[in-house]
Amino acid sequence: MAGVKFVSATRVYAKDAPPAVDALDLDIKDGEFMVLVGPSGSGKTTALRMLAGLEPLDGGRVEIGDKDVTFVPPKDRDIAMVFQNYALYPSKTVADNMGFALKMQGVPREERTRRVREAARLLNLDDTMLDRKPKALSGGQRQRVAMGRAIVREPRVFLMDEPLSNLDAKLRVQTRSQIAELQRRLGITTVYVTHDQVEAMTMGHRVAVLAGGHLQQCDTPRQLYDNPVNQFVAGFIGSPAMNLQKVPLAEGGVRLAGSTLPLPASIGTAARQAGLSELVIGIRPEHLHLADGDGAIAGEVTLVEELGADALLHVRLAESGDLIVARTEGRKTPPPGQQVSFRVQPDDVFAFHPETGARLAA
Amino acid sequence: MAAVQTRDREPAALRLRRMSGQVGWGVLAWVVGIAFFLPVLWMVLTAFKPESAAQTWPPKFVFSPTLAQFRLVFSGWGPYVTHSLIATTVSTVLVLVLGVPAAYALSVHPVPRWRDGLFFFISTKMLPIVAAIGPLYVLALKTHLLDSIWVLIILYTAMNLPVAIWLIRSFMLEVPKEMLEAAELDGAGRIREMTEVIMPVISPGLVSTALICVIFAWNELFLALNLTVTNAATLPMFLISSVPQEGLYLAHLSAAATVASVPVIIVGWIAQRSLVRGLSMGAIK
Repeated sequence: MAGVKFVSATRVYAKDAPPAVDALDLDIKDGEFMVLVGPSGSGKTTALRMLAGLEPLDGGRVEIGDKDVTFVPPKDRDIAMVFQNYALYPSKTVADNMGFALKMQGVPREERTRRVREAARLLNLDDTMLDRKPKALSGGQRQRVAMGRAIVREPRVFLMDEPLSNLDAKLRVQTRSQIAELQRRLGITTVYVTHDQVEAMTMGHRVAVLAGGHLQQCDTPRQLYDNPVNQFVAGFIGSPAMNLQKVPLAEGGVRLAGSTLPLPASIGTAARQAGLSELVIGIRPEHLHLADGDGAIAGEVTLVEELGADALLHVRLAESGDLIVARTEGRKTPPPGQQVSFRVQPDDVFAFHPETGARLAA
Repeated sequence: MAAVQTRDREPAALRLRRMSGQVGWGVLAWVVGIAFFLPVLWMVLTAFKPESAAQTWPPKFVFSPTLAQFRLVFSGWGPYVTHSLIATTVSTVLVLVLGVPAAYALSVHPVPRWRDGLFFFISTKMLPIVAAIGPLYVLALKTHLLDSIWVLIILYTAMNLPVAIWLIRSFMLEVPKEMLEAAELDGAGRIREMTEVIMPVISPGLVSTALICVIFAWNELFLALNLTVTNAATLPMFLISSVPQEGLYLAHLSAAATVASVPVIIVGWIAQRSLVRGLSMGAIK
């Protein structure tokens, strides 16, 4: 059991290129499920590989359990990793795959067998499967073997690099909850990399959002959703994404779709202090409420996506012609082509600096 | 099912064209195949003929077969086949024992200046062996290795090693990087990584490399002819010696050549099974 700490950890791949990971500071508590999420090229996988010891650091340090492991070889870090493509040994049986690390540690055969069986039971891999080769398994079974290989070692930290990306959608959702549940039961510190913000939100105790090698925000899923610190996090977390529009400031609010959208006074003050004439506002799809003609935001429905319980309206705004998405109740959706308008609570509007993307105080 | 249905609905003219195309390729394949096989067939047939029948032109295809030539071959080939077996087996084993770590050091964890190393290995194959035979002869003479099986083992190893290193290296490059990283995390050192993780994955490649080494060594004549006389003479030399200065010899030579070809064919047939196996099936996904 151990926490993990990145201290100004930096990785530069090519001399003149910007760092893949730039001075990352991250404090992961003992037993925590930390998700690193971000678009491709955000540095999340590099950060994980730095923790694994597969990628050297060009600056800063990495600690596991208060011990500096920056220069410790991977095998001595007491970690186990699940790879995106599982990286199973094709010539070894499932049992040998899972027990290989123990064999390398010189663990006697009987104990190895016992621990492999234990892990297999934990993952619902039946005994007949243990003697098979990976190629005789389905994708979901291979994924579980890869998990088993990590569990058998009883490491201090689990590292997972997009372990669900090769599964089909249904199995992914199922395995997602199994991994989260397993982690809770084992209580082993876990660092989990994904590009899928739904995975991040559902699995992580805390989520670290990365972009361009920089840590944008690290917080609980709820806080990330309700209080994004900048435009990137606001747009990245949430599905469908937050509606972001660059709009001019007006008396008491901003101009949007031919009318004035009122904003909390604090945002207006912050914008004036920053000397801005326009800003970026963000509204979550579920905060756009259909109004009967008297709403502040008007537009024309271009597309309706039925999701069952609710529906997504794609709306072309009046005047600007920009597209926004609104989440409405299913079964009562206006048809495409209809003119609609929305009401928005001023407190539900996020505002961001148009250049830096930083959140303007609300 | 879908494929069958579309085929059923295929217009007759189109089907005719497709099938005539297939027939055309089939005929061509057979013609080329027979053209390559005919000399072999002729050799095998001649081996069963009495000398008198072997010399006739056009060749006879109806004759009373005899094993006389084979008896003659088997009576004299003993030492030659032993030498060939030793030289081929030992040199091939040496090539693999030396080639695998060399290829590993040039691919998985490349040593500094690995490109130079790689080029050096292949550059040794650029000089025609005829150009080196003089110095080789003198070296063998001075080290008292002339007409010894060791001179062939050493030279066959040296001859096949560069090719083997290049081949094995290309197989090692195919090994998924994540698998090697998994091995590193699992705590496998360099040697364990090579023997327990990489070698099982590339074993079909190792078999094909070994096969090529066996064929090259088994069929090698030039070095054997120049550096050995009797104590280490190999099968190809036996073939040469089967040609008498005068008289009839075609049937005898054919029988000897047939016998000499059989081991390579057997080895190739055995290796074929592992060659078809995919290189890293099941490693990805």
